[in-house]
Amino acid sequence: MPNHTIADILRGLEAKTFSSEEITQQYLNAINKHDINYNSFITVTAEQALAQARAADTARQNGSAAPLCGVPIAHKDIFCTEGVRTSCASKMLDNFIAPYNATVVERLATAGVVTLGKTNLDEFAMGSSNETSYYGPVRNPWNTDCVPGGSSGGSAAAIAAGLAPAATGTDTGGSIRQPAALCGLTGLKPTYGRVSRYGMIAFASSLDQGGPMAKTAEDNALLLQAMAGFDHRDSTSMDLAVPDFRAGLNKDLSGLKIGVPKEYFSEGLDPEIASAIEASLNEYRKMGAEIKSISLPHTHLAVPCYYIIAPAEASANLSRFDGVRYGYRCENPKDLDDLYCRSRAEGFGEEVKRRILIGTYALSSGFYDAYYRKAQQIRRLIKQDFDEAFKSVDIIAGPTTPNPAFALGEKVSDPLTMYLEDIYTIAVNLAGLPAISLPAGFTKGKPIGLQLIGRDFDETTLLAAAHQYQQRSDWHQQAAPGSV
Amino acid sequence: MEWEVVIGLEIHVQLTTKSKIFSGSSTAFGADANTQASAVDLAMPGTLPVLNEQAVKKAILFGLAINADICRDSVFDRKNYFYPDLPKGYQTTQMDFPIVGPGIVEITLSDGSTRRIRVHHAHLEEDAGKSLHEDYQGMSGIDLNRAGTPLIEIVSEPDMRSAEEAVAYLRKIHSIVTYLGISDGDMSQGSLRCDANVSIRPKGQEEYGTRAELKNINSFRFVERAIKTEVLRQIELIEDGGKVKQETRLYDSDKNETRPMRSKEEANDYRYFPCPDLLPVHVEQSVIDELLASMPELPDAKRQRFEEEFGLSAYDAGLLTGERPVADYFEAVASSAGDAKLAANWVNGELSAALNRENLAITNSPVTAEQLGGLIQRIRDNSISGKIAKQVFDALWNKEGDSADAIIDSKGLKQVSDSGALGAMVDEVLAANPEQVEQFRGADEGKRKKMLGFFVGQIMKASKGQANPGVINSLLNEKLGG
Repeated sequence: MPNHTIADILRGLEAKTFSSEEITQQYLNAINKHDINYNSFITVTAEQALAQARAADTARQNGSAAPLCGVPIAHKDIFCTEGVRTSCASKMLDNFIAPYNATVVERLATAGVVTLGKTNLDEFAMGSSNETSYYGPVRNPWNTDCVPGGSSGGSAAAIAAGLAPAATGTDTGGSIRQPAALCGLTGLKPTYGRVSRYGMIAFASSLDQGGPMAKTAEDNALLLQAMAGFDHRDSTSMDLAVPDFRAGLNKDLSGLKIGVPKEYFSEGLDPEIASAIEASLNEYRKMGAEIKSISLPHTHLAVPCYYIIAPAEASANLSRFDGVRYGYRCENPKDLDDLYCRSRAEGFGEEVKRRILIGTYALSSGFYDAYYRKAQQIRRLIKQDFDEAFKSVDIIAGPTTPNPAFALGEKVSDPLTMYLEDIYTIAVNLAGLPAISLPAGFTKGKPIGLQLIGRDFDETTLLAAAHQYQQRSDWHQQAAPGSV
Repeated sequence: MEWEVVIGLEIHVQLTTKSKIFSGSSTAFGADANTQASAVDLAMPGTLPVLNEQAVKKAILFGLAINADICRDSVFDRKNYFYPDLPKGYQTTQMDFPIVGPGIVEITLSDGSTRRIRVHHAHLEEDAGKSLHEDYQGMSGIDLNRAGTPLIEIVSEPDMRSAEEAVAYLRKIHSIVTYLGISDGDMSQGSLRCDANVSIRPKGQEEYGTRAELKNINSFRFVERAIKTEVLRQIELIEDGGKVKQETRLYDSDKNETRPMRSKEEANDYRYFPCPDLLPVHVEQSVIDELLASMPELPDAKRQRFEEEFGLSAYDAGLLTGERPVADYFEAVASSAGDAKLAANWVNGELSAALNRENLAITNSPVTAEQLGGLIQRIRDNSISGKIAKQVFDALWNKEGDSADAIIDSKGLKQVSDSGALGAMVDEVLAANPEQVEQFRGADEGKRKKMLGFFVGQIMKASKGQANPGVINSLLNEKLGG
C-alpha cells in the first residue's frame, strides 16, 4: 500500500477494507524486507504492534475506537517507551529499557495508535545527517547515496520509504523540518510548550520540541491533535486549550499576509531551491495571499548563538549518563574517575563529545559572559526580529534548507559546513515559534522543502496554509523510487 | 599580636515537606535504601523536575521571619559537578536570584548583650543522596532517598567575631526554623547542617584574612570546638610566619583537629547557568500576605511577651523561648499551674536538669506539662511542701502515678495542717526533749529563734516532712509559752 496516509488508513479501517492487524502486518513485512536499504529503524516491536493492532480491531468492532485507533506509526528512538529499549542512537543507552512512557507516547497510545518500532536518529539528536548514530547511518529513499537529514532521519526515511505512514520526531534546531524537507515529507515543529517534553530524552531543554512527521499537513494535524496539550510533569508545557487542528485545515486564507525574509534568499542558497520557493509563493498569491518582503536582521547570528546555547544545555543534560545508575559502564573501572571518564569516553560518539566540550567551555568560569550570556542576548534579539515581523505579516515563508540532500560522508569531516545546513531552521527554535516544512518541488530528483513559520501557538494557520497548498500541488504525493 | 576572629556560616536546613522539591517521592527519614527514589530522583533519561510549592512557601516564611526581601521572580540554576550521589550530574539550586534576599538575625550572648548578624541571602536547592562506603567489599553504595529533599541554604555575612557568637547565631537559626515549623532542625539526622568560613586578622585591620571553610560540623558543640581549633591553628600558622590557604577543611571531632580535604574534591568549576527545565518562580503579593498572616509568634516576640505578661526575668524568658517545644511546654505548665514564675522555676530547674541527665528532648519528657502543672497547684495550695514536691516530681518521672494528686494520695504525702494531730506531735517532741525546752525558756529572743528551728526540724522529721511548717510554728510558740 504505497503512499498511504493516516487519513487513508482511517478511511480503510472505518470501511473495513482492511483491519489494523492486516495493515500493521504489511508495514512490518515491508520493514523486514526493505529497511536493510535504509536502516531507518533501530528497534522493531513486531509482536507488540500486532497485539496493539488486534486490540484496536476489537475496540473498533465494539464501537469504542479512539481517533487514531489502529493506525500504525513509528516513534523516534528518543521518546521513552515502557519495556522497550530507548537508545537515543547511543552506545550509552544501548542497554536501556525505559520503565515509563513519554507523555507523547502515552497520548498517542490513548489515541489508539499501533507502534511499529523505534526509528534511527543522530546520537542524542545531535546532527543534521543521521550519520552520528551508534546504529549506523540512515539512507535517503530518494537517493540512497544521500543522507535523509537529521536528527529525525530514521522517522523521515521510514515514511518516505513506505515503511510507516507517519512518525514522531523532535526538533531542537531543525531536526523535524530538515529531514522532512530532504525526504519530501511534511513535518511540524510545534510552538515550544505545545507538546510535553516529559520522557523525551533532553538534548537542549529550552529548544527541544516533539512533533509529527507524515506525508501530508492533514496527517500532521491528526497526530498533533493527539500529542499536544498541557502536562503537569513538564513545567515548560503551556496550560492552553488545544484547538481542533483538522477543523482548521480549511480556514480561509484569502488576505493572509506572508512575509518573505530577504535574509533567507542570500548566497549559499541553491538557485533551484530559490526558484521552487518563488513558485510556491506564486501559488499562495493565486490563493489570495499577500506576499510581503520583510527583514529578520539578526538571522546571521542564529547559528553561532545556537551553537553556544544548545551545547551548553546539552553539556549539563548529558551529565546523568555517568555509568552509575543505568546505561553503559566501562569494564573494570579502577576508581571513580576512571569509571566516569571511560564510561563517557567509550559510551558517547564523537559529535556528542564535541558538543559536550563546546558547551562545557562556553559555561566555564571566565567565558560565561563572553559566550553564554552573549548568546542569550542574541537570542532575545532574534525573538524580537520575529515579533516585529509578525506585526505586519501572519506567517513567514522561505526555504527549509539551503541545499537538497547531500551525499553520505560529504560533510562528516567538516562540522561547520554541516551546521550551516540548519541556517533557516535554527532561529525558529531560538524564538520558540511553530514552523512546518512541506514539499515544494525537486532538484535533480531530490525533494525541496518550503518552510512556513507562524506566531506563537498558531499551528492552525501553518497547517491550513500547508494543507491548502497540498490541495493544489502533488509534490507530497510523489513516491521515492524504491519505496514500497 | 591581638587577633580578631571573623566567621560566616552557611547553614543547610532541610524543609519538612511531604514530598521532594522536584518529584512526588516521600522525604521521610530512615526508609530502606532507594525505596524513596522515583524516576525523577534517579535522573532517568527524559524525566523533568516539577517544583513543590510547599518548599517555596516555607522558604518565603523563613525570609519573612528575618525581615528579608522576598525575590518576586527567583531563578533556579544548575550547579554542575560529578558525584555518584548526585544523579543528574548537577544540583538544582539558586545562584543569581535567590528567593530570600538580605535579612537580619539578632543574637543574645551569655552576658546579655545582643548583636545583629546580617544574612546575605537564603536560597532553595535540592539535597544530594548519600554515598555509603562501608560493607560493600571495597565498592561504594548509593542511597538516593535523600536526593531531592528540599533545602534552604542560609548564608550569613562574615559578621561573627567568636565561636560563641557563631553558636548563638546557629542556635537562633535553629530556633527560627523550628518555630516556623519549616524544619525539624534535627542535627543528628542531618536536617540542619553547618559549614563555617573562618579567618583571622590583626585587631583593628579592616581587610579580611584568608578564610578556610570548615565542612559539615553537625552539632552545636562541634561548631564551637571546630571554630576554636581552627582559629588556634591559623594564629599559630601566621605567628610562625606561615600563610592561611583558602581551602576546604574537615573537622575531625575524635582528634579535635581540622585537616584539608583532598584538593581534587574542590577543584570544581561549577559552570552555573539557569535551569531551562524550570520557569522563574513568580511570587504574588497575595501569597506573601497569606504567609505573613499565618506567621507564628517568633522567639524574640515570645521572649518579650514572657517578660511582660509573666514578669519573668530576661534570663528565664530567654531560656524558655530558645526552642519552641520548651516554650510551648512552659506555657502549658503555666496555664495549668496558674503561676508562671513557679512554672518557669520548675521547667528551667528540676525538669531541665532531669532531661539533661537522661539526654531527653522536652517533647519526650516522661512528665507531661499537665502533670507538672498539677504538681505546682499542690505547692500553691499548701497541700505539699517544696521538698515533698521534688519527691512527687521524681515519682511522676518514674511513672509511679498518673498525676501529682494520685501520687500524693497513694504515698500519703499530703501536708498535715490539722492542729489536733500536729499538737499531739508537738507535745511528744517537747516531752522527749526536756533539756532543750528548759534552755529555750531561759534564752533571749535572738537565741530562741534559732532554737525554734531545732524543734521544727524534729517535728518535720517525725511527720516525714508532711507537717505544715506554718501551723507548727504557731503551735510551738503557743506551747513553749513564747
